Amino acid sequence: MRSKIVLARMLRNPQSRYGLLALALLLLLAYAGPFLGPHDWTDKDFLAFMEPPSFDEDGHWWGTTQIGQDVYAVTLRGMQKSIVIGFLVALFSTGLAALVGATAGYVGGWVDKALMWATDLLLVLPSFLIIAIVSPRLKGGSWLWFVVLLALFSWMITSRMVRSMTLSLREREFVAAARYMGIPAWKIILRHILPNISSLLIIDATLNVSAAIIGEAALSFFGFGIQPPDVSLGTLIADGSAKAIGYPWLFAFPAGLLVLLVLSVNLVGDGLRDALDPGSNQ
Amino acid sequence: MMGAYLFKRLVSNVLLVAIAASMAYFLAATSLNPRYKYEGRQPPVAEAVIDATLEQYNLNDKTPVFQRYVTWAAGVATGDLGRTWDGKPVNEELGRRVGVSLRLLLVGTILGAAVGVSVGAYAAVKQYRISDRAIGVGAFVVMAIPVFVLATLLTVAAAGLNGVLGFTLLEYTGEYNPALSGWDQLTNRLNHLILPTISLTLGQIAYYSRIQRNMMLDVLGQDFIRTARAKGLSRRNALFKHALRTSLVPVATYFAFSFGTMLTGATFTEKIFGWHGMGAWLVDSIQSHDVNSVAAVSLFAAVCVLVAGFLSDLIVSAIDPRVRVS
Repeated sequence: MRSKIVLARMLRNPQSRYGLLALALLLLLAYAGPFLGPHDWTDKDFLAFMEPPSFDEDGHWWGTTQIGQDVYAVTLRGMQKSIVIGFLVALFSTGLAALVGATAGYVGGWVDKALMWATDLLLVLPSFLIIAIVSPRLKGGSWLWFVVLLALFSWMITSRMVRSMTLSLREREFVAAARYMGIPAWKIILRHILPNISSLLIIDATLNVSAAIIGEAALSFFGFGIQPPDVSLGTLIADGSAKAIGYPWLFAFPAGLLVLLVLSVNLVGDGLRDALDPGSNQ
Repeated sequence: MMGAYLFKRLVSNVLLVAIAASMAYFLAATSLNPRYKYEGRQPPVAEAVIDATLEQYNLNDKTPVFQRYVTWAAGVATGDLGRTWDGKPVNEELGRRVGVSLRLLLVGTILGAAVGVSVGAYAAVKQYRISDRAIGVGAFVVMAIPVFVLATLLTVAAAGLNGVLGFTLLEYTGEYNPALSGWDQLTNRLNHLILPTISLTLGQIAYYSRIQRNMMLDVLGQDFIRTARAKGLSRRNALFKHALRTSLVPVATYFAFSFGTMLTGATFTEKIFGWHGMGAWLVDSIQSHDVNSVAAVSLFAAVCVLVAGFLSDLIVSAIDPRVRVS
């Protein structure tokens, strides 16, 4: 099986082995870690404001915030949100890129022209500015809208790559055979075109995870992203960076976890690229 | 032939910019609320006065948005970008801020590209040696650090260093100290430039070094390098005159493109280090409900992206003989 070969290749590559291991540990920390900590993320300790990290049994392992929240519990809670956002945005944007690119490339004609024009338009629009204007207005709404917004502005370049690959696949015999058998276009796209560009899509989806995690944090840095009472690594870094000079633990833990998360996802993505590339000599 | 192609492309680009800017205008005009900037004032301002002021700046939300759009678009067509929320001309603000961003970015982007290309080329020549691996790991780690984390780390480090030394060695807020003049001001400006430039260039160095290494490795394996060596060219000459030059094509296109997008894209560096450039304006204009400024930033950003794309095509055709012929 191909997936087995790919996995074996990935595990042989030390870079992606460390990436997978680190990612697994980070996921474990984010989802199992909160059960180990002595405090809940909604708890407020009115006897400890801005306390530095302490190593007591019941103390605040990573210190406390200005309103007495436990940094350990809040950071892990924020990390969960960042991870979910990363994966959802990646799934959504790569899916969109695949559908738009393959449809444009396969159908051609005015459909192709219209879709590519819309792609260009989205590339020209300043996405940061538009998300920044729109997302605070979603206050009170679900954070899923924010996922949709982020995904909506991150699929265009991939869809251009998918389109050009589809253009050459369209001329291949197996696609022509399917067409002459009378199989409808949407079925050809889903059954014959997309599986043949799956390597590109898998790599793209992986790298989109880290891009989305950074994108969320970047928007939240100015208050344009996840809105309170929800927390994400981005909102925590934004709060922490303003006080980083006097109270480094507020900044160090969320920022450190963000960097580790992005680094491990990128390592996995890079390893996947090598493992999926038939020409690589791994 | 070429002329017709260029013309067609120009028309479609202008159309794209017009649509992008119009969409941004409508979004900003319907979402932001400049009235709010006047309503909370002490002593309170009469509503009629607010109306009149907003009307004067084409910001009155009681005027239908389409009518405001037409006024704005007519102004833009004659080169007038309108007024900020407190009545200053947007054109002046734009000019000032583009200047600030250029002063910040010029050194940073050129330095980033130059160092990145050298590092990448060096890594390619030393493929699989310790130095290549170290560069690779370094680039990977740097690329995982978002610029807002890096910039904050730099300010913390500078504050710590200044604290230990007991005097201000490294400046980390603003563009310059207006109290100084002459040479003192120049050195002060350079001092203020150090940290933001590091925060801008580190990521670029990492990125360029990756592209350059891959391109260089592709080129190094090709026949014309072997031919050059067979003709008796020294390894150094073959590398510099043939390999490096050929592998620079994609990097040069990326450079043109990134400079265009950076003009409004240095938001975090500008905000964290207190430079009032275009990137900072993007955030400031939204936070101050400044509709016309938001529209101006969007227009400028769209023009930059398209000009950058155009420039990178021109550069390719200038340095890549294969494109020139066809």
